[in-house]
Amino acid sequence: MTSAINVSGLVKTFGRVRALDGLDLHVDTGEVHGFLGPNGAGKSTTIRVLLGLLRAHAGTVELLGGDPWRDAVDLHRRLAYVPGDVNLWPNLTGGEAIDLFGSLRGGLDKRRRDELIQRFQLDPSKRARTYSKGNRQKVAIVAAFASDVELYILDEPTSGLDPLMEAAFQECVREVTRRGRTVLLSSHIFSEVEALCDRVSIVRQGRTVETGTLAELRHLTRTSVSVEATRPITGLTDLPGVHDVDVAATHATFAVDSGELNRVLGYLTQFDVRTLSSAPPSLEEIFLRHYGDELVGAR
Amino acid sequence: MSSSRTGTARLARLALRRDRVQLPVWILSIAALGAFAASAIGTQYPTEADRLAVLRVAVETPGLLIFRAAPTGTSDGQMTVFGILAILALMAGFMSTLAVVRHTRQNEETGRTEMIGATAVGRQASLTAALAVVVGANLALAALIGLTLAGNGEPAGGSFAAGAGVGAAGIAFAGIAAVAAQLTQGARAANGMAAAAVGTAYLIRGLADAFGDVQPNGYTMTSAWPSWLSPIGWTLQLRPFAGDRWWVLALPLVCFAITTAAAFALAARRDVGTGLLADRPGPTRASAALLGPLGLAWRLQRGTLCGWAVTIVAFGLVVGSIGNAVQDQLMTNENVRGRLDDLAGGGGHEAMDSFFAAMMATIAVLVAGYLVQALLRARAEESSGRVEAVLATATGRLAWLGGHVVVATAGAVAMLGLAGVTIGLVYGASAGHLGGQIRHLAATAYLQLPAVLTLAGLAVALLALVPRISMGLTWFAFALSFVLGPYGTLFGVPETVRAISPFSHVPSAPAEATAAPIVAMSAAALALGLAGLATFRRRDLVG
Repeated sequence: MTSAINVSGLVKTFGRVRALDGLDLHVDTGEVHGFLGPNGAGKSTTIRVLLGLLRAHAGTVELLGGDPWRDAVDLHRRLAYVPGDVNLWPNLTGGEAIDLFGSLRGGLDKRRRDELIQRFQLDPSKRARTYSKGNRQKVAIVAAFASDVELYILDEPTSGLDPLMEAAFQECVREVTRRGRTVLLSSHIFSEVEALCDRVSIVRQGRTVETGTLAELRHLTRTSVSVEATRPITGLTDLPGVHDVDVAATHATFAVDSGELNRVLGYLTQFDVRTLSSAPPSLEEIFLRHYGDELVGAR
Repeated sequence: MSSSRTGTARLARLALRRDRVQLPVWILSIAALGAFAASAIGTQYPTEADRLAVLRVAVETPGLLIFRAAPTGTSDGQMTVFGILAILALMAGFMSTLAVVRHTRQNEETGRTEMIGATAVGRQASLTAALAVVVGANLALAALIGLTLAGNGEPAGGSFAAGAGVGAAGIAFAGIAAVAAQLTQGARAANGMAAAAVGTAYLIRGLADAFGDVQPNGYTMTSAWPSWLSPIGWTLQLRPFAGDRWWVLALPLVCFAITTAAAFALAARRDVGTGLLADRPGPTRASAALLGPLGLAWRLQRGTLCGWAVTIVAFGLVVGSIGNAVQDQLMTNENVRGRLDDLAGGGGHEAMDSFFAAMMATIAVLVAGYLVQALLRARAEESSGRVEAVLATATGRLAWLGGHVVVATAGAVAMLGLAGVTIGLVYGASAGHLGGQIRHLAATAYLQLPAVLTLAGLAVALLALVPRISMGLTWFAFALSFVLGPYGTLFGVPETVRAISPFSHVPSAPAEATAAPIVAMSAAALALGLAGLATFRRRDLVG
């Protein structure tokens, strides 16, 4: 499988601040790749490097087989970008801005443009200064998806959108992936990432701390289990990989490392299990596990 | 106790904190300009005879009075008023309008007002705080001008009257800007409207002085009545060092009271973020002309260009029509010529050429001002983040910045031509040789082009090399080059220092032109511009 984005060991400093500190990011062609991290982790800086707006200080960056700094213009014909904070020219209308971006990118599909304007319920005759945040965001989304390009780079694209528009956005992403396009989606909305993404990279302080499919990430974390048995449950705390045990005679709740799950289930059968429910870790839990210490520190 | 003005003091402190560098620089620069001009009078016109000679020329040369003032006498103080006071009032006007809009409409446009308005702050607090800060700045300016002039040995009464006149003009313009900030939705439009008011006030005052009555003594004059319509006219009607008519101060103060009352009334009746001049729906599709970096640059620049072009044409009409009056004077008065040459700041042999060279120097300053403003628009696009979305498309950096440079430069070239043709048309229509005059004056105008372009090259180089401070540095270079250039002789600046300004190297007439300065300045402009473009390709975008 070919790579749409191939970043390794990326370093970017601003003065004394090391914004990116050896970041790795690999996005395969045709996948939707989630890009997660708290504010200030370096997501937008990475995207700006990928767009050739900032210059990498060290590391290798490859985008659609080219160098994003050197081949910026040629590469940009093949990608569309939605920033998280869309800043438009106050005296241009939304319709004008969409056409302008399309034209600067090398053309857009007029029918698709009109259809997207309908779908996102955008009034293209209003001046940009009168748009709300969500409406400015829609302008950038319509402009991006009205172009048929190989790669969509979306930096928190749905901030400010209502749930209906969020659904319309997810539909757009599915449409382009059905046609084999690649999407890099930076987001804070876990449900969005879980719904759309094939693989996820989690960054922290300018480094990639985790990357893989959601299933792979789940494998590295714990599953919560709640069990009701006929006989009193004992000895759970002695098992390896079992945590947060709370036993009340025949009822127990605990968390278990995903790799130990099978063994623990075998152990439980001796107590004659009547009901059992287990929940795989949500993306949010995976995410919080990596930043748990930060949250503790903040408290 | 909560009222519509709750929180004003806090917001005023915030405004002072934000302006802690900007306002002091304005105040000190304006006062320093006044002090510099005052101290130069003694060396430039040492004897009574020198002064009488120059004033006699001035009162007969309406074109010069537009840039000076109706003379009131030959004392040091009176000569200072004649030479610089109107310019000081003009600058105080710009300081005030920019500051008022910055702390009102600009906050509203960026959404800061919304966050502030959601706290325990009254509806009118923001406007009240802005006006309080600007009034305070003008009071400080008035006191500083008074102190520096008195310190220079002028009579204290006249010194403080001059300071008060400048400060009061600034205060009047603050009120006008407060109204402008209620009318428009964008800070840019409000600034444009307020700046147009300041410019118009200056021009009305200038014309009123140009068409004033000469007194029987032949060197003092009273302005025509329109002077009383202009806040800058009021500064001069105060007659510092010539009677100190303090009661005239009531006019700017009444103007301030009426305009601020109107602004408060308008502010109380409208929603946050909206203007009284509402937006109409615009096109749902972009026209073909907009599509592309050049089209976008043109769209962003055309409003600025039109505003400046109107100013240039109006100016050209005035200059062309008074050209005739000047020529009549030259026919009748032989010794006028030498002095005119001096006042014009040029070294021309032909007196009419000197007059037009002086006018073209001022036009060149206007055109350079346009060009700097237009080029800095590119920097504003970058710092606001809008350029990121553009450069994320298949638009290269050279194409984007080049688009702005091409539109701005073409605009400047067109405006110089417009100035030359307008003056030539009006002057030639009565002086004869219409075609020849147009050709001659257009050529005179284009002599300024290399100097204007040098400043433009510097602007491009600065915005590429030192983006964060490029705005301040470029405007500083602009101010320096016109203070040292066209106005340099007025302040008695030594020739070696004047040489820093590109405008000091402009020949006064096509016949005077030598290739060396034109080639040197064109080469410098090109080198700076290319260095800027090359650097911009290599650097990070800076917010």
